[in-house]
Amino acid sequence: MIRRRLAAAGALVAAVALVLSGCANQEGGQQQGGGPQAGAPAQPTDAVLPAGNGQGRCAPGTSIGYAGTIAGQNAALGIAIVNAAQLAVDQHNQANPNCQVTLVRADTGGTPDTATGPVTALINNPQVLGIVGLPFSGESRAVGPALNAAGIVNITPSATNPGLTQNGWTNFFRGLGNDAVQGPAIARYIQQRLNAQKVCVIKDDSDYGIGLAGTVTQALGPAASCQVDVKTNQREFSAVIGQVQQQAPQAIFYSGYYQEAAPLIQQLRDAGVQTTFIGPDGVKDEQYVVNAAGSADGTLLSCPCVPQEGFTDFTNAYRQAFGVPPQTYSAESYDATTILLRGLDQGIADRAGLLNHVRNYNGQGLTKRFQWGPTGELTNTPVWMYRVQGNTIVTDTQI
Amino acid sequence: MPDAPGERVISVLDLAALDPAALAPLVVHAEPWINFDVGLLVDRFWANTINGLAYGSVYALIALGYTLVYGVLQLINFAHSEIFVIGVFGVYLTFVALGFEPGAIPNLPLAAIILDLVLAGLVAMAVAGLAAIGLERVAYRPLRRRNAPRLAFLITAIGASFVIQQVIRIWRGSNPEGTIRLLPPSPVFSIFGAPVTNLQIVIILASIAMFVVTDRFVNGSRLGRGIRAVAQDPATATLMGVNRERVITITFLVGGVLAGVAALFYLMTIPQGAVYNGGFLLGIKAFTAAVLGGIGNLRGALLGGLILGVAENYGQSLFGGDWRDVVAFVLLVLVLMFRPTGILGESLARSRA
Repeated sequence: MIRRRLAAAGALVAAVALVLSGCANQEGGQQQGGGPQAGAPAQPTDAVLPAGNGQGRCAPGTSIGYAGTIAGQNAALGIAIVNAAQLAVDQHNQANPNCQVTLVRADTGGTPDTATGPVTALINNPQVLGIVGLPFSGESRAVGPALNAAGIVNITPSATNPGLTQNGWTNFFRGLGNDAVQGPAIARYIQQRLNAQKVCVIKDDSDYGIGLAGTVTQALGPAASCQVDVKTNQREFSAVIGQVQQQAPQAIFYSGYYQEAAPLIQQLRDAGVQTTFIGPDGVKDEQYVVNAAGSADGTLLSCPCVPQEGFTDFTNAYRQAFGVPPQTYSAESYDATTILLRGLDQGIADRAGLLNHVRNYNGQGLTKRFQWGPTGELTNTPVWMYRVQGNTIVTDTQI
Repeated sequence: MPDAPGERVISVLDLAALDPAALAPLVVHAEPWINFDVGLLVDRFWANTINGLAYGSVYALIALGYTLVYGVLQLINFAHSEIFVIGVFGVYLTFVALGFEPGAIPNLPLAAIILDLVLAGLVAMAVAGLAAIGLERVAYRPLRRRNAPRLAFLITAIGASFVIQQVIRIWRGSNPEGTIRLLPPSPVFSIFGAPVTNLQIVIILASIAMFVVTDRFVNGSRLGRGIRAVAQDPATATLMGVNRERVITITFLVGGVLAGVAALFYLMTIPQGAVYNGGFLLGIKAFTAAVLGGIGNLRGALLGGLILGVAENYGQSLFGGDWRDVVAFVLLVLVLMFRPTGILGESLARSRA
């Protein structure tokens, strides 16, 4: 009897653990990528750079903060962002002897439940006037109200969940296109460039995957003829592949992260499905190419990130400082930091002033023109398509 | 329609009057929350069955480890999934030591590939078996010495599971290891139009062979008799001259060795599987399989694993991918409602030689 009860209790524990694990892996966020490529934009001639005119003046101790993952999960993305922010600050300080700005780092661990403490520390530091971050949508949602209440300006270089700008926060600015922009762009590409009239949309169970799949499906309309779901951490996709084979689509869009996309594409190709495979920024990671071991060749990857290889001054400086080429969203972070630094150079010494500076900002960055609407979204945001060629991710075209 | 003032207000809110493009982001895309795609289920029946049996074999091999330990100690060894992960890394690092690199599939004669796979499997069996013994020594034996309550063992098992997981994470990082594939799957023959790959044939046959060996070992050998004696009545078995500690060690060893075999088959099927937390979901599924078949019962573990593997695939085709895991657990609940000891029910102690 005891055995039976123990076993039943164990099964219950297992079921609960499974449900919890499903919930725990849903944080939004994007991964890294890069590589040598063609067709990328050159640095705009009128781009505002961190150095400015060298006449910046500010009080000693003036700081900006970086909040995001540094050593936690998906740390590579956070490092790509904090490194670019550090590069901007260093270049600024070198050019502006009368305005030495400090970058204060707060490691959020990348998850909503660990983000609050480090962000509160930034809020309580009166010298921190503005924040670059947070990289992921889940943690951004968790700390957004506190940052808004503190009136501290917050520019995210990579969080793409459209809901973030619909909370009435007056301090939140997104430095890239959100998934409501990326989705229709992907759909346009699939229908107009690939001429696919029958598309399978496969999505995982994360907020990011579900949200993006929704916008793509909607934009595709009747062309989105099949919908397939997978689970986070699923590794065996034979039943999924069966569904795809039955539908015989002309293109497959996968809405999720590379950890599931890599075994999925490998098993699809093994099963003889050679259909064009398109993934979003969550798949645009060198890990995807490595883990799919050859099967990834030809995969199309969309991203609201701008190719960086044309920004030679930036990429060279980054490579010199950190020993690696800039990764996904490094340039976006560099731009966001630059915008805050421009404000500090003007002598702005309080949070309200810097918030006002960003709200009224209108200037060209490396990646795009920055001028925010009332909700904190940019008006014109580019989405790019990348392509896996052999073992590297190369730039395809702007979409 | 009369132009009453009240109705004019309503017409302002008429959605059709607004530009659909402007509204698009606001409208939630409607999708059925559950499907009943019987056509797909029928269409893919044989493919799902074959794939399910192959993947279920991996569940079954892991489930045997749960069931053996449970039969002898009445302990749900939650750290068994990490023993499996240690086996997976054993396979992977053997591949690396043999000079294989992530990426392209090596072009080797079949004999060399088989030799490499067998070698990797043996290393995994040894590593996982030793890890299981080590786990028993470090985590469970001290508790047994102190006559700790059963709950303490359970909590220790969960704790040990986390410790092993995090140690692997610190050692190997949180990204999966690069893919090394020695034997890409290729269809050999078809059953009712469903291709059967070389990999699936190897996995199903080898798993059944491993099961038969284990079954003969427990039910036919002298050591196996000791295992069954301790499972039935530890006190009397000790009085009859059975060395209980030795039996427990052997039980963990056998469970670990089987996890090592499962690790080889898993990594052959899912080359991306070498990651620190890769055993979590599989462990839960395998444990479910063990309970489904009747925990403490070797044949039940095999049956449960195969049923679970197949049922998940049927469930995914019939209801949609969101329901994959739900199907597994609903099946478990249904079976336990009518057969509280699982499908085969019998425990290790009562199975006959």
